[in-house]
Amino acid sequence: MVPFLQENVVFRGVYCFFGGNDGNATWCGGRDGIFPGGWEWLAFFIAGFTIMFILVNGALLGAAVFVWAERRLIARFQLRRGPNRWGPFGLLQPIADLLKLITKEDLVPTSADKIVFTVVPIVMLASLLLSLAVIPFARNTYLADLNIGVLYFIAVGTLSTLGVFMAGWASGNRYAVFGAMRGVAMLISYEVPLILSLVGVVLLAGSMSMVSVVEAQLIPFVLVQPLGMLIFMLGISAELNRTPFDILEAESEIIAGYHTEYSGIKFALMQAAEMAGVLAASAVLSTLFLGGWSGPFLSGELGAMWFLLKLAFFAFLFIWIRSTFPRLRIDQIMAFAWKFLLPLALINLVATAVEVYFFAYYNAAVPGEITRSEQWIMAAINLPLAIGSIALFSRFLRERIAAPSPRLEPKVAIIQPAEAAD
Amino acid sequence: MAIRAEPVVVNIGPQHPSTHGVMRLRVSFDGEIIVDVEPVFGYLHRGSEKLAEERNYVQALTLTDRLDYVASMTNNQAYCLAVERLLGVEVPERAQYLRVIAAELQRIASHMVAIGFFLQDLGALATPLMYCFRIRENILDMFEMLCGARITVSYMRPGGVYADAPEEFWPALDKFIANTPHLFDDLEKLIVENEIVLVRTKGTGVLKLESAIAGSISGPVLRGSGLPWDWRRADPYDIYQRVQFDIPVGQRGDNYDRFQVRLEEIKQSLRIVQQCREQIQPGLARAELPFILRPPAGAEAYGRVESPKGELAFYMVSDGSVAPYRCKVRSPSLINLTVLKELLLGSKLADMIVTLGSIDINMGEVDR
Repeated sequence: MVPFLQENVVFRGVYCFFGGNDGNATWCGGRDGIFPGGWEWLAFFIAGFTIMFILVNGALLGAAVFVWAERRLIARFQLRRGPNRWGPFGLLQPIADLLKLITKEDLVPTSADKIVFTVVPIVMLASLLLSLAVIPFARNTYLADLNIGVLYFIAVGTLSTLGVFMAGWASGNRYAVFGAMRGVAMLISYEVPLILSLVGVVLLAGSMSMVSVVEAQLIPFVLVQPLGMLIFMLGISAELNRTPFDILEAESEIIAGYHTEYSGIKFALMQAAEMAGVLAASAVLSTLFLGGWSGPFLSGELGAMWFLLKLAFFAFLFIWIRSTFPRLRIDQIMAFAWKFLLPLALINLVATAVEVYFFAYYNAAVPGEITRSEQWIMAAINLPLAIGSIALFSRFLRERIAAPSPRLEPKVAIIQPAEAAD
Repeated sequence: MAIRAEPVVVNIGPQHPSTHGVMRLRVSFDGEIIVDVEPVFGYLHRGSEKLAEERNYVQALTLTDRLDYVASMTNNQAYCLAVERLLGVEVPERAQYLRVIAAELQRIASHMVAIGFFLQDLGALATPLMYCFRIRENILDMFEMLCGARITVSYMRPGGVYADAPEEFWPALDKFIANTPHLFDDLEKLIVENEIVLVRTKGTGVLKLESAIAGSISGPVLRGSGLPWDWRRADPYDIYQRVQFDIPVGQRGDNYDRFQVRLEEIKQSLRIVQQCREQIQPGLARAELPFILRPPAGAEAYGRVESPKGELAFYMVSDGSVAPYRCKVRSPSLINLTVLKELLLGSKLADMIVTLGSIDINMGEVDR
């Protein structure tokens, strides 16, 4: 009846509290719940809803905390103090912001397509929340262990591109159209290296399920797939509109891009989706490349803590990049995807495929299994390969996307004073 | 079947994060590529030139603060030079040194704003801007010591400066001279040789030297195109002939060269301030002048300085009364904007914003 949630502590507790008599739930230990027999479906519904409620609210709360952390950290990077008035260390600032946004008038421009305009925040938030379903937060703590988890994450994440396009087109604003066109062009381009970079991980794990990927990481895959992780991280920053790829909402150019016309609660929802998107991306990065819930000790009991630590590390990295780098131009961004990331992703894919074939299938004792020492050997091969191919392609890249004229430093002309008095 | 595509006309400004005030650009886009640009000015017009005719010579000085409000000192300087030439008075030597110190500090502050917003326009999320403002803040603190104001200073007066520098100014200046190179290094390490900055600025917004000269362009924009022309050297005023400094020039006239010229000029300004600090002698800070200034009727004068934006000049005509008969401002921002179309045609929207930032305009000065 409940194939993937019965291992979950919360689900099991709620289910067994309400239903849990003999019925199908043999794993409740035969204890009786509150509801009479025949009402297990209601217990199942309540338990599932509880999990969903926790996940959705956890994600949105996480977005609020991320907004706070980003503002504080960026302020520190910029020699400022950041929000520090509401609550300890300004922790309640996101709540205050949210209250302000909720109480604002809900403006819809007269030239806008009203229905599409209103649907956009829902599309963007839904795509984000859907993508959280497959992330394993700790051992046995996930909504669904889909056997196509990685593909599902990418597929659902791409829905936000649709949201961007809908927002830009429905706003009836030329800046928004600029943002949407840039967004569609860029996001579709970045899908390609993004997916290819994950194929290496999938090959290594032999499965697309996120849980299997975590369990396959005898050493963190960041060592085995350094190139894959770099490409995935760059690609996902582009998907999330983070600098240096934030041309969708380039403030200095097109004001706010596709969400120029959004205000009030709609803006808050879109912003929440964007911020929680960073967290979801960090979660996927730590799951696929840093070993998810596994840690140096007590991975079972403290799995959630290890996971959160890794997630916070990646989230910090995203904030750091955002506060440091300028923005690329659209043609440079496209060149970066097609001329740099795509060849690197292909190199990574071919190298991983050859290695996996050699170690797991060619004369292997147990077909399909890769041991820890074999993973170390792969790491030893892949790291120099990553450095070498990045060095090679970044040279081409600079030649291709930089200005055609040779690199010259400006000279300083020394002109003596006409006549030195005194 | 060919797709019929018409250029999209977008009004960029007057409310836009990066038009540096209230400028409006009517831009026709073919996709992202600019096919036509038409700047529309006048949103900040306050009639400063006409207002000056209603005020006496000292009162009109306060109007000059509000022209280029990130470089008030050099505005004051140009106005005072013009009035002094009308009157034919000599400025005491100490006052000239104080003026040069203030003007060079103002040049650093103004270039820090220019560089900060230039990098902001490139998309760096305010971090370089804050690094620039850290240096500018120290300068504004010193201005506050000099005259009590930070932005609209009115520090220089016809015949000298408002008052001699207070005692606490000199230690602050020494500290500034000692510390600024370190703060400047921080900025350079942060972003100046960043690969993204290089690919975004090199080869974009190229201004050829011939068109720069033909368009009467001045300041860092002209020097970025390769001509070492600086009014501090070409027609020295105050005590600029007594100090050593270099004139940085670019080679190709692109955004990167203008950016680098400004960075280098800041270092040269620091050199000038340091030399002035060493050379300055005690003396009068203001010439003895009557309370109400009455230049002889029919006198004409042209006071010209190298402001951070370029050649800033005041053309004054007196009719013998207490107020100028005519006060014409030659504002570098307005004249530097005349090459905008040439710089922008064929470039992309993102480059347009960066190029506009690299010209470093100030709408208070463009519209007057």
